[in-house]
Amino acid sequence: MTFLNLVIYGIANGTLYAAVALALVLIWRSTRIVNFAQGGMLMITTFIAWDLVVKHGANYWVGLVVAVLAGFVLGAVTERLLVRPVENGPPLNPVIVTLGLLLLLQAVAGMIWGNGLDSFAPQFSLHYYNVGDQVILFSPDYLFIVIAVLVVLGALYLLFQRSPLGLRMRASAFNPEVARLLGVRVGRMLTLGWGLAAMVGALAGVLIAGTQPDYMNPNAFDPLLIFGFTAAIIGGLDSPVGAVAGGVTVGVVQQLLDNYVSNDIDAFYVFMILLIVLMVRPNGLFSRTAVRRV
Amino acid sequence: MRLVDRASWQRVPMVLRHGVPAVAGLGIMLLVSQGLSEYRNTQLATIAMYVCAVAGLTILTGLSGQISLGNGAFMFVGAYTVALLLEHHVTTSNGVLALFLVVAVLVAAFAGALVGVAAARLRGPYLAGITLALAVGLPVLPKYSHLQSSLGGHAGISVNAPAPPGDMNYFRWQAWLCLIAAAITLFLLANLSSSRVGRAFRAVRDDEIAASLAGLPVARVQVLAFVVSAACAGLAGGLFGILSLTVLPDLFSLTLSLALLAAAVFGGLGTLSGAVYGSVIITLLPFWSSDLARALSLPDKVQHNLPQAVYGVGLILGMLLFPLGIHGLVRRVGQLGRNTLRTKPANN
Repeated sequence: MTFLNLVIYGIANGTLYAAVALALVLIWRSTRIVNFAQGGMLMITTFIAWDLVVKHGANYWVGLVVAVLAGFVLGAVTERLLVRPVENGPPLNPVIVTLGLLLLLQAVAGMIWGNGLDSFAPQFSLHYYNVGDQVILFSPDYLFIVIAVLVVLGALYLLFQRSPLGLRMRASAFNPEVARLLGVRVGRMLTLGWGLAAMVGALAGVLIAGTQPDYMNPNAFDPLLIFGFTAAIIGGLDSPVGAVAGGVTVGVVQQLLDNYVSNDIDAFYVFMILLIVLMVRPNGLFSRTAVRRV
Repeated sequence: MRLVDRASWQRVPMVLRHGVPAVAGLGIMLLVSQGLSEYRNTQLATIAMYVCAVAGLTILTGLSGQISLGNGAFMFVGAYTVALLLEHHVTTSNGVLALFLVVAVLVAAFAGALVGVAAARLRGPYLAGITLALAVGLPVLPKYSHLQSSLGGHAGISVNAPAPPGDMNYFRWQAWLCLIAAAITLFLLANLSSSRVGRAFRAVRDDEIAASLAGLPVARVQVLAFVVSAACAGLAGGLFGILSLTVLPDLFSLTLSLALLAAAVFGGLGTLSGAVYGSVIITLLPFWSSDLARALSLPDKVQHNLPQAVYGVGLILGMLLFPLGIHGLVRRVGQLGRNTLRTKPANN
C-alpha cells in the first residue's frame, strides 16, 4: 500500500513538474532556447497572486487569473526585449541572458516582498482522502492540480493542432523563412509562444505554492525549475507529451527515493537522474535522433 | 608607446612572457597588502580567491566554448576536501596546508573529469542544464542523513587552518595565501591558453567538425577543459573554506555558481585579465551596494538583494551590449589612447 501511495503522490506532484516542463518545451519548440528564467517568472507571478489574495484579501480565482495574465505579459515582454536580440547569436548568449533575468527577478522579488517565508493557502483542502480505513496520499487540492494541468495540456493540443493560429505558430517554429514568405508574422508568433509558455509556468507556480506551508520565498522555486528541466529533458525537450511523461516520471522516482533512501537530498537525485538519462540518450528519452549540421 | 613592440615580445619564451608579469604582479600585490588594513586584506584575499575560480571558468566557457553553471559545486568539493583533511590531520605547518590545497585541486579535477565525460557528449542547453543540476544537487550531499556525521550536515565543519608563519598578521597571511594561489593559477592558465592545448580548445569551440577533421580528439579536448576549470574551482573552494572558517552546504548556492559566470561575462569571456576585473566586481559589489543603500537609506530587503540585481542586469546588458566585457572596453580605450598619441607619419 505504501508503494501505491507513493506512486499516487509522485504522479500528483509530477504533474506540477510536467507543467513547468511544458512551459520549457513550448519555448524550446518555438525559439530553440531553454528559458532558464522560467523559475523566476513563475515565482514573480505567484508572488503577485499571493500579494493580491493573502495581503489584500482578493478572491483566490482572481489571484490565479491575474498571475496567469501577468505570466503572459512577462513572457511576451521578455521575448520581445531580451531574447530577440540574442536569438540568432551563439547559443551561449540566450542561456546567459535568461540566467541574468532569473537572478534579476529573484532580486526584485526579494526587494519587494523580502526573503522570509510565507504561506499561500490553496483553494481546496490538503486533507488526504480516505478509502475505508486506508489513507490515500491524494487530496482535493491535488485533484484540482491534476485536472488543471490536463485541461491546459488539452487546450494546448487544440490550439497547436486544430486552430489556424496554432498552425501559424508551428510553421514559424518549423521554418521561419518559409513561414514569413507565406505571410505569417513570425516575430509575433514567437512572442505569443513565449507568452503562452509563461502562462503555463505561472499556473504551475500558483499551484505548487499551495501544496506546502511556508513556500513563498524568492528562491523556493529553484528546485521546481530544475525538476521541470529534468522532466523536459527526459521528454526530449521537443514533445509536450514527453514533457508530461517526464514530469510524472521525475515525480514518482523522487517519491520512491525519498521514501526508500532518504528525503534530504532531492536535488542530488535529480542530478543523478539527469546524468543517467543524458549518458544513455544525450538528447532525452523521447526524442528522435538529432541530426547535427555538418 | 610600448616598451617592446609586439613582434619581439612574441619571440620571448612563453614561460618568461607569462612568468615575469605573474611574478611582478604578485610582488606588487604582496607589497600593496602590507599597506592595507585587515578589512581591505580580507577583501583582497576574497578577490584573489575568486580569480582562481573565474579564470578556470573563463577558460572553459570562453576558450573551449562549453558553458558551466556548476563550478560552485567544484568549489564545494575543494572546500570540503580541505576542511576534512584539516579536521583529520591537524597541522600547524603552512607547507602541509599547501599540500592539502593541492589535494583539493586533484579531487576537484577528478570530479570535473567525471562530469566532463558526460558533458563532452552534450551541447548548449543540455550542458547548461546538467551543470545547473550539478550546482544545486552536489552541495546538498552533506545533508544526507548517512553523511551527516562525517560532513557535518547543515551546520557544516569548521576549517582548522594553521596559524600564520612567524608573527605575520592573520588577515595579511590570508591575502598572501590567496594572492600566491591566484598568481600560480593565472600563470599556468596563460601558458595553457597560448599553448597547443589552448589552440585545441579554440579550434573545438569554433568548429567541432573542422577540429576533428584536423585530427583533434574533440571529446578528449572538451573533457580536459572541464578538468582544468574544475581544478581551478577546487583551489578556489579550498581557499574559500579557509577564508570563511566554516564550510556549510548553503555557502555553495546556485547564486555562487551564477556569480562566477557573471564575473567571467563582466570581465570578458575567455580573457584572464577579464577574470581579474570580474572577480574585483563580484567581491566589491556587495560592499558598494551596502554603502549605496546606507547613503540612500534604502530598506534592508532592497539592500540585501541589490548585488544580485546588479549581477542579473550585468549579465543581460553584458550579452546585449558589451559581449567582450570590461576587457574589451579597456582594450578599446587603450587603442584609442595609442592612436591619438602616435604621431601619424604624413604620406611617406
